[in-house]
Amino acid sequence: MSAAEPLVEIRHLVKRFPVKQGVFARTAGEVHAVEDVNLTIRRGETLGIVGESGCGKSTTARLILRLLDPTSGTITFDGRDITKLSQRELRPLRREMQMIFQDPYSSLNPRKTIGQIIGGPFAIHNMKQGAKTRVKELLEVVGLNPEHYNRYPHEFSGGQRQRIGVARALALNPRMIVCDEPVSALDVSIQAQILNLLRRLQSDFNLTYVFISHDLSVIRQIADRVAVMYIGRVVELGDAEAIYSHPRHPYTAALLSAVPKASADGGRRIVLGGDVPSPVDPPPACVFHPRCIRFKSGHCDVEEPAMTVRGDGQQVACHYPLERWPMTAEEMRR
Amino acid sequence: MTAPGSTLLEVEELTVRFPTADGVVQAVTNVSFSLRRGETLGIVGESGSGKSVTNLAIIGLLNRKRAEITGKVVFEGTDLLALKPDELSAVRGRDIAMIFQDPFASLHPMYRVGDQIAEAVLAHEKTSKGKAQQRAVELLGRVGIPNAAQRAKDYPHQFSGGMRQRAMIAMALVHNPDVLIADEPTTALDVTVQAQILELIQTVKAEFDIGVILVTHDLGVVEETADSVMVMYAGSVMEYGSAAEVFGLPQHPYSWGLLDSMPSIDRRLETLMPIEGSPPSLISPPPGCPFHPRCRYRFEPCSSVRPPLEAPPGGHLDACHLPSERKQALGRSRSVEHFGARA
Repeated sequence: MSAAEPLVEIRHLVKRFPVKQGVFARTAGEVHAVEDVNLTIRRGETLGIVGESGCGKSTTARLILRLLDPTSGTITFDGRDITKLSQRELRPLRREMQMIFQDPYSSLNPRKTIGQIIGGPFAIHNMKQGAKTRVKELLEVVGLNPEHYNRYPHEFSGGQRQRIGVARALALNPRMIVCDEPVSALDVSIQAQILNLLRRLQSDFNLTYVFISHDLSVIRQIADRVAVMYIGRVVELGDAEAIYSHPRHPYTAALLSAVPKASADGGRRIVLGGDVPSPVDPPPACVFHPRCIRFKSGHCDVEEPAMTVRGDGQQVACHYPLERWPMTAEEMRR
Repeated sequence: MTAPGSTLLEVEELTVRFPTADGVVQAVTNVSFSLRRGETLGIVGESGSGKSVTNLAIIGLLNRKRAEITGKVVFEGTDLLALKPDELSAVRGRDIAMIFQDPFASLHPMYRVGDQIAEAVLAHEKTSKGKAQQRAVELLGRVGIPNAAQRAKDYPHQFSGGMRQRAMIAMALVHNPDVLIADEPTTALDVTVQAQILELIQTVKAEFDIGVILVTHDLGVVEETADSVMVMYAGSVMEYGSAAEVFGLPQHPYSWGLLDSMPSIDRRLETLMPIEGSPPSLISPPPGCPFHPRCRYRFEPCSSVRPPLEAPPGGHLDACHLPSERKQALGRSRSVEHFGARA
């Protein structure tokens, strides 16, 4: 395998959840959680997935790990199609891909010592020999005291618990770690500790990250490439630098301009009207058109925009991408 | 920003202690500040810094049997802490209103939104149910809920997160309060909705001519909306001044730590500089300056002598032993780094 070959390829990934209603639980509709997502995850990179709640970013992550079964589409891991593998066939692959969760309080079993928690993966994969030594090494790697081996999760602070979660994910020397909002529940000073730790581990262990967050500043700090999602679709994808310095999709632009800060431009921002539409009944054609500042009637609400390469190589699904950034006050108005 | 109005609220040496089986939790220690009409005071701090307890003490939502509260909370010449419960409940919700972080938990799931707001009207006003309903609809409209008359008949689950927070704001405005306390009002919301709610709070402040206390852990939110800023750590005030002062020249190492650990939206930083360690236990806080175990600038008096909250010549209040020239030099570099050239 060459280094240029991607680690994960996702093609036309779709996930729909049935909505059950009434006493007979008949299917009344479907939540279009993920719709035709195409992503490539390169070896050793951090792919950031950003979007608001309900945009499908966590579902995408769970699909990549096959914690959910896709409705259609394919997922290729290291050149092998894993879309149809059974749970038993997946087991050896689970060592290669791990996950870190958002809430360090509920993702650790309160009745187990951290030695047992971090050693859990060894037990599952029948690698008990030398496990204890390895767990102690891991504790050291993530900046915890190895002597705390026999302590319970409640004896640790939020930041320390997230370090335990990181150690558990590292236990089996995975190649890829999916981090689902790993710092969202942490205070800002602790958040920085975990972000620095994840970065150091990435270079030490040659890890590939999929990093999910709703926080654009966090994504900027950690991601090499960024996928922006809205109602189950990737609307913009490209190098982080390109997207942050010149977003092309109006939704990306709105997200960036909504981040609170007292900037020199006097808080000029794109205020999106209304709320995110329901993924049960997403708008036709371009899903963003009802809220978009560049909406053109008869085009955006009729024809779905395809992902097209624009500007600095980023892909954008928009008929009228932004020509410049920052926008003028005139352009920001709908 | 706003012309200085009259003082609405004066908090003096507020101290809150919770005796527990494990010891006394020193939740808030000697907190003093004032709030003027038309002012937004941002209280910043991480979890356990005492920012929420301070506000619960102000609005009288702490159980006085469980919490030992000393100091004064003077509102229109009256010390609220000295009031009897029924006298206090005449003020609470009428003159001082509060909105909370989680709009999901703050609305009753089984009552219509309009009815819940009408109930708040009737709590302090003798009027007919119909009039109260009318007022609810009018307020829902004013906080930007489309088709207010129709939506007032909805249940909370039919509202989105942002709309629920709007409904909470409508409820807080029912009696034209003088002070609005907003405790992490946008933490549970998405960024685009957060922007809408912050904008609404600013509009409401101007329209109703009130003072706002905005509690948040997000420096960006404070930077954008606050006129004055109070930074809290381990129950104490670390730094307090106007927003221009605090962001123009932050003087306390804890404030620097917060700024340095904040990822930037504008560029990718080489590394973030986190504050090492974690916040102290409030049952046995460290002696001297509560921040000294995590402070990279600590020197000798810090571990034994608690620095007083004082203003250096030409500066604003901070509680740190560093010589003022050093604080100004270090603060200035932070300000330039994080905010660029600020007017």
